[in-house]
Amino acid sequence: MSNTLTQLTIAQARDGLSNGDFSATELTQSCMDTYGAARKLNIYITETPELALEQAAASDARRAKGEALGSMDGIPIAMKDLFCTDGIQSTAGSHILEGFVPQYESTISQNLKDAGSVMLGKSNMDEFAMGSATTTSYYGNTVNPWQAASGPDAGKDLAPGGSSGGSASAVAARMCLGATGTDTGGSIRQPASFTGIVGLKPTYGRCSRWGCVAFASSLDQAGPMTRTVRDAAIMLGAMAGHDVKDSTSTPIETPDFEAVIDQGVKGLRVGIPKEYTAEGMPEEITSLWQRGAGWLREAGAEIVDVSLPHTKYALPTYYIVAPAEASSNLARYDGVRYGLRVEGNSLDEMYMNTRAEGFGEEVQRRVLIGTYVLSAGYYDAYYLQAQKVRTRIAEDFTKVFEDVDVLLTPTAPSPAFTLDAKMDPVTMYLNDIFTVPASLAGLPGISVPAGLSQHGLPLGLQLIAKPYDELTMLRTAEVIERFAGFDLPVFSGREA
Amino acid sequence: MSLDRETVRRIAYLARIRVDEDRLDKIAGELDGILDWVEQLSEVDTDGVEPMTSVTELTSPHRVDVVTDGQCPDKVLANGFDTFDGFFTVPKVVE
Amino acid sequence: MSYRIVGETGEWEVVVGLEVHAQVTSESKLFSGASTEFGGEPNSHVSLVDAAMPGMLPVINEHCIEQAVRTGLGLKAKVNLYSVFARKNYFYADLPQGYQISQFEFPIIGAGTVILDMPDGTTRNIGIERLHLEQDAGKSMHDQDPRRTFVDLNRSGVALMEIVSDPDMRSPEEAGIYVRKIRSIVRYLGTCDGNMEQGSMRADVNVSVRKPGDTELRTRCEIKNVNSVRFIMHAIEVEAQRQVEVWESGGQVEQQTRLFDPVKGETRAMRSKEFAHDYRYFPDPDLLPVKFNQEYVDGIAATLPELPDEKKQRYMADYNLSAYDAEVLVVDRETGGYFETVLGRGDKGKTRDAKLAANWVISNLFGALKAESKTITQSPVSADQLGQLLDLISDNTISGKIAKTVFEEMIATGKEPADIVAEKGLKQITDTGAIEAAVDDVIANSPEQVAQYQGGNEKIAGWFVGQVMKATQGKANPGMVNKLLKEKLSG
Repeated sequence: MSNTLTQLTIAQARDGLSNGDFSATELTQSCMDTYGAARKLNIYITETPELALEQAAASDARRAKGEALGSMDGIPIAMKDLFCTDGIQSTAGSHILEGFVPQYESTISQNLKDAGSVMLGKSNMDEFAMGSATTTSYYGNTVNPWQAASGPDAGKDLAPGGSSGGSASAVAARMCLGATGTDTGGSIRQPASFTGIVGLKPTYGRCSRWGCVAFASSLDQAGPMTRTVRDAAIMLGAMAGHDVKDSTSTPIETPDFEAVIDQGVKGLRVGIPKEYTAEGMPEEITSLWQRGAGWLREAGAEIVDVSLPHTKYALPTYYIVAPAEASSNLARYDGVRYGLRVEGNSLDEMYMNTRAEGFGEEVQRRVLIGTYVLSAGYYDAYYLQAQKVRTRIAEDFTKVFEDVDVLLTPTAPSPAFTLDAKMDPVTMYLNDIFTVPASLAGLPGISVPAGLSQHGLPLGLQLIAKPYDELTMLRTAEVIERFAGFDLPVFSGREA
Repeated sequence: MSLDRETVRRIAYLARIRVDEDRLDKIAGELDGILDWVEQLSEVDTDGVEPMTSVTELTSPHRVDVVTDGQCPDKVLANGFDTFDGFFTVPKVVE
Repeated sequence: MSYRIVGETGEWEVVVGLEVHAQVTSESKLFSGASTEFGGEPNSHVSLVDAAMPGMLPVINEHCIEQAVRTGLGLKAKVNLYSVFARKNYFYADLPQGYQISQFEFPIIGAGTVILDMPDGTTRNIGIERLHLEQDAGKSMHDQDPRRTFVDLNRSGVALMEIVSDPDMRSPEEAGIYVRKIRSIVRYLGTCDGNMEQGSMRADVNVSVRKPGDTELRTRCEIKNVNSVRFIMHAIEVEAQRQVEVWESGGQVEQQTRLFDPVKGETRAMRSKEFAHDYRYFPDPDLLPVKFNQEYVDGIAATLPELPDEKKQRYMADYNLSAYDAEVLVVDRETGGYFETVLGRGDKGKTRDAKLAANWVISNLFGALKAESKTITQSPVSADQLGQLLDLISDNTISGKIAKTVFEEMIATGKEPADIVAEKGLKQITDTGAIEAAVDDVIANSPEQVAQYQGGNEKIAGWFVGQVMKATQGKANPGMVNKLLKEKLSG
């Protein structure tokens, strides 16, 4: 499957559109031309081809008339199905929202619309963003376009990571130029690492949560998933901004992220937190991490060993806080106002039938855990203690950032695993071991593809920066990207 | 700490998720596994530590008291199940 | 006199605490821009936030915060500069989010006090434990359809203040006075319209009983959602009685939530749940803590009106009114304002006679309004007009008795008192000659009565006065009539 237009990055396509080399309609059509050969990947829950062509034509018309253009005018993107889109089914990957057609547009999708982008469809995801493999979706799992070249998993279907797996695979397979993701504990960064793309989770408060189906309100953040760091900067600029409809949105200017990414890392202090290792983590990830540090040193940064002593508690903390919030956030799915209803002989029975049938196993598990840790007698021991440990984790970062400008870590403890890998819940949760700490502290993080595993699968490195300092993070990411010279192979297609 | 069937039943009722009897043990086992694992948080010394209730240091922004919304029953009811005469409906409740 | 229930084993004391839910006076809801207007088509005053659509988020209405602070100051309570909204989780048909945003650990208002004026002239202090802000739920209608309950979310998200008292009340009467006092205070403050018929004020009533002298509290029951003062008092009475009977028959009062049925005059337990409620409160992660500084509170305090307690004290001190009169006049801001306008500034910049003004407002005006089922703001006689009427009495233009006739006419027509006096020729006769002629006339025509008077029956003097007044159509100055009669009869 070779399609020249879809090989372009957002930045290149922007230039091509502005030079008149091709139209937004052609660009959009060429994205849609990739679908047939990629059915197996199961990218979209809902495709919106008519809307996409309509938006592309509108962009072409704006350009032809010389009207003001947005920063992503005519760029086709995939929208994670967690974002509510006006008049278009929005499911959050759940049976319980099947057929739900919002009468409103989320701030993020609206911002991207206002920037001129073209929406191709609503991408697949773990149900309510709960998962690390896009295997909990009611609409079937998404497949990673990558396959291992050797080793025990060679030739097998791999998970794209999760929860933003549809978006990640779409970008990696060059079926769109960029995609939105959301990241609660690593749902942008881990799939980015698994699929060899760039995934950026902004500072909590940078992107509005309004209209985005809530998983864990104190952690959820939207962010871009793209093939290059520059594209991530462009797309973040289009998504970010203060929103008065979200009380946790930060009233802060959105800087020109793209403007600084070439500035390099000379003089920056980069911290290497010693706690970011995991039991059974392959040596190749440790050595990639060291290689990454070497590149930054070579580019003029100072590498500093640092310690974040409470790191090991981040994951268990997350698995109390996030389910607790989710148990409450998901209470609104009750079969009354939208989505699925399964009748019963009483109100309670209707609730219980609807929620038993509407929620998948993992969602039920987390809702039950969340209910338990908030219930009388357990609140102090679990929820309150977790929120105190969360303070400790955030303090670790604050302290370290007095000394360094940015932190470098692996993104995930392994490359992509097979779709049929059997894992108990806790083993699955360990996928997010390196991404969760920054989420708990509300810090920005980015995963940049940095190399391949011995079996030829992509591996990402993560950068974590101070609150609202995405600029330093992007500058550093650009250096990693440049030195790594990572080459995303052209996806050869896999039909269903 | 180990969850018994009765506790699972109680939590499932609080969460309004029907759990069939034959699944109680399996779920109890899974929840137990997760709870055993998060148990390690009790090791952390949190004396005098404030719980983190919000990520940002900011305080809640305020809205001025004017009517800016509503008057959109069509939108509100658009996805409703078995709506009647402008009302949502649920199985009859006996108080 | 303490309120006691006499059971078979002796006397019992009732212990009452109230949670008053008062709807905050505001244009829009606590967390959304939808209108708070009462009524309307079903689901019309509903935003997507109130309907808990996926991804919708709450934003605090600053006016509701201010109203809560204002009420806290009115209750002489501690205003907390840091408070947190928390979610109270439970499922119900009219609770679309599956949780109510309320306040739990950190309410906006802490402890305060409300002073009750008892009918016997004493006062009782009732402690306020806290006041917090919360969302109202929607409305479920169970009786419209044989198999379905209908849900209207128009009320969903309207701001309520829950005012929680200490268990300090000891009788239905005290509870009634307490609710009226709370209502009076919030109405003075303009923070709640206190309209119980429309449900803008309702109460959950906690009742327990114990033996007089006991210091421990026994198990209480909560009677939910009682919506009139009369029902609150009645519910306490019957619930206390029920509990006494349970204890005396050797049973245990179970802690439960009950409903009051005003038709049957009984309380009954709400349908028992399989498991008890467990609300799983936790700080709402969609909202950040509410913080403000003391200057903000002071700013609100500076705009507070004079409240009923202070006003009552002032009326007693400055105008020498009785505690009863003062209390009646301060019942709401409008009545106090009316009274003070009547008091106004009479001739030469002096205020009018306060006792006279109070009597006229309390006896005549209230009586007339009651007869016409009108409130003081709907009074056909303005405070200025009533003041002018009092001036006519004070300057002897008319007598107090004639004034009542004039007042009736004012109520009926809304005319100015001076015009009525002129039109109907009611001006008092103060001309000595005219009165003397009338007196002479009566004496001349009543030899029998004159003889009785002179024979020592001084009581008959009143009869003479009546005759003279009759002859002058009530217009003679009564003082002058008395004086002349006395002189002439004795002479």
